Amino acid sequence: MATAQSRSAARLMMTPAVVLLLGWMLVPLIMTLYFSFKRYLPLRGGDLGWVGFENYVRFVTSSAFWPSVQTTLIIVGGVLVITICLGVLLAILLDQPMWGQGIVRILVIAPFFVMPTVSALVWKNMFMDPINGLFAHLWKFFGAEPIQWLSQASLPSLVMIVSWQWLPFATLILLTAIQSLDSEQLEAAEMDGAPALKRFWYIILPHLSRAITIVVLIQTIFLLAIFAEIFVTTGGAFGTKTLSYLIFQRVLESQNIGLGSAGGVYAIILANILAMFLMRIVGKNLD
Amino acid sequence: MGRITLDQVTKSFGEVNVIPPLDLTIEDGEFVVFVGPSGCGKSTLLRLIAGLEDVSSGQIRIDGNDATALPPAKRSLAMVFQSYALYPHMTVRKNIAFPMKMAGVPEDEQKRRIESAAKALNLADYLDRRPGQLSGGQRQRVAIGRAIVREPAAFLFDEPLSNLDAALRVGMRMEISELHKKLDTTMIYVTHDQVEAMTMADKIVVLQAGIIEQVGSPLDLYRAPRNRFVAGFIGSPKMNIFEGEEAKKHNAHAIGIRPEHLTASKEGGTWKGTVGVSEHLGSDTFLHVHDTGLDETITVRVGGEFDAHHGDTVFLTPEQDKIHRFGADGLRID
Repeated sequence: MATAQSRSAARLMMTPAVVLLLGWMLVPLIMTLYFSFKRYLPLRGGDLGWVGFENYVRFVTSSAFWPSVQTTLIIVGGVLVITICLGVLLAILLDQPMWGQGIVRILVIAPFFVMPTVSALVWKNMFMDPINGLFAHLWKFFGAEPIQWLSQASLPSLVMIVSWQWLPFATLILLTAIQSLDSEQLEAAEMDGAPALKRFWYIILPHLSRAITIVVLIQTIFLLAIFAEIFVTTGGAFGTKTLSYLIFQRVLESQNIGLGSAGGVYAIILANILAMFLMRIVGKNLD
Repeated sequence: MGRITLDQVTKSFGEVNVIPPLDLTIEDGEFVVFVGPSGCGKSTLLRLIAGLEDVSSGQIRIDGNDATALPPAKRSLAMVFQSYALYPHMTVRKNIAFPMKMAGVPEDEQKRRIESAAKALNLADYLDRRPGQLSGGQRQRVAIGRAIVREPAAFLFDEPLSNLDAALRVGMRMEISELHKKLDTTMIYVTHDQVEAMTMADKIVVLQAGIIEQVGSPLDLYRAPRNRFVAGFIGSPKMNIFEGEEAKKHNAHAIGIRPEHLTASKEGGTWKGTVGVSEHLGSDTFLHVHDTGLDETITVRVGGEFDAHHGDTVFLTPEQDKIHRFGADGLRID
C-alpha cells in the first residue's frame, strides 16, 4: 500500500465490509437504545410511549440485578481460572513426545466441536443426574449421598460444564505457544541451574503470558454471553441467572422489551469496561 | 579447575551410532576447538559433556570426578548457545543474574559480578535493555556474560559466531580469545569453520562421523596432517591432493601440496597449466590452474600483484619438502 493509487483502491475495496459491519453493529445498538427509553409491552398494549430513564432505574433497582452481575462475574472468572490453569498443564503434557500423540490431540480438542446445548444436556443427564448420573454412581460406590449437582451446587456445576467446553480452546492456543518456545532457552536455563519447576516459572510461564492474555480476552467476550448452558440446565434457577439470562427473562418471559433493552445497554457498558481492562493488559504484553 | 576426560564415551540415537567409543582429555585452562563438517557429531559431543544428552556408555570425568550421571547444573560448566538462548522477557541484567539467582548467590555479590562482567564485555550501557533491543554482537556478549558470572570450571561454546556477519565474527573471535587469556579457564569451542579453529585453539580436535581424526595444535595439524581428511580440512584454500603418476614418483598413493607451497612463474617449472579462475584478494591472488596433466585442478597462491588472466599459461613448482604423502589407506606416510 505504498502509492496513493493503491491506497485509494484499498479503501474502495474495504468499503463494503466496513459498511456491512458498521450497519450490523449500529442498527441493533440504536434499536436497543431506542426501545430502552420506551414502555413497550408487546402483549399488553404494545408501544406505550416514551418513559425517559424509567427502564434503566427499574432494571438496576430490581432485586435480581446485582446477583445476576455477581453470577456473571463468578462464571466468567471461574471458567477463566480453570481453563487457563488446566490449559497450561495440558499444553505442557501434550507437548511431550508420546505414543499416539495425534489421536490424543484430536480427542483433547473434541469438546470444542460439541454444541453448547448438546454438551450441557449431556452433562446434565449423563453426569449430574442425581439418580442415574455417573457422578451419582461414583458417590454411591463410595457410600456417599449423591449430590444434586444442578440445584445444590448449581454455580460450580455450570462453571464445570462451561470450562469443559472452553478448555480445548485454551489448550490449543497455549500448546502452539509452548511449541514456539526455543528449546535452547530451556537448555540454557537447565545449565544455569534451574530445576524443572523454576524453568516453568521463569521461562515457560513468561513465554506463555502473551498467549494467556489472548485466551483471557477472547474467552471473556464469549463467556459474558453464555446462555444455552443455563437455559437447558437450570433455566436460571438456583442462583444461576447471569446478566444475559436476566435480559432474556425480561424480554421474553415478562414480555417487557423496554426493560430488557435497558438491561442490554448495561451489558454493553459492563462488557466495555471489561474489554478496556483487558486491552490494557494485552497492550502491555504485546510490546 | 577444569580438566575434562572422556573415557570410551559412545552415543547412539536409537539404531544410529553417532559417536563410536571415543577417548579425549582436555587439560585445565586449554582452549580446545572441535571442528568438523556438519553432522560429524561435534555438537553432540559438546552436549554430552554439558550433560544435555546422556551418554550411551563410557564415562565423563571433570577434575577427576565422575560426572557421567550428574545433571547439567551440577557440572559447573557454562554454555553459550548458537542462538544465544537469552531469556527474551528479562533485561540484560536479569539475564546475567539468572544463573546466580538459581544458585542463591547473595544480592551484593550478584551485583558485583554483573558489574565486572558488564565492564569486561562492554555491556554497561545496555544492562536495562531487553535482548530484543540489542544487536547480534551485543546479544552474543550477554550470552558470554551470563556464562562468565557463574565462574564455571569450563566454558562450552556451540558455534557461537555462526549467526554474526563476517566483520563482527572477526571481532568476537578476538574477544573470546582475549577472554580466555584473561580468565585462564578451560574452553571448549565447537565450530565448522576451520579459520576459527586455527586462530583460536590451543588444541584442535578434528572430527568426522563421530571419530576423532586428529588432535593437535593448529600448526601441528597444518604441518603434519595425519590423514587425507585432516589435510583437506585444515588450511584455506584447501590442500591440492592428487593421485596417479605424480604420486607414484613420490612412492605414495596420493600426494598433497598446499596452495601456498607452490610457486608460479611464466617462464618455466615442474608443471605446465592454463589459468582458469583467478581470485584477487588484494594481498594474495589464488589461481585455479587446469590442464596440468594431473587429475585435479590445482589451486596456487601467488602475490597480489602477479599478473595472470584467464587462459594464460603458467608453470608451477612445488616446494619439495612441503609435499605431504598419503598411502592407499589415506594415512600419512612420513
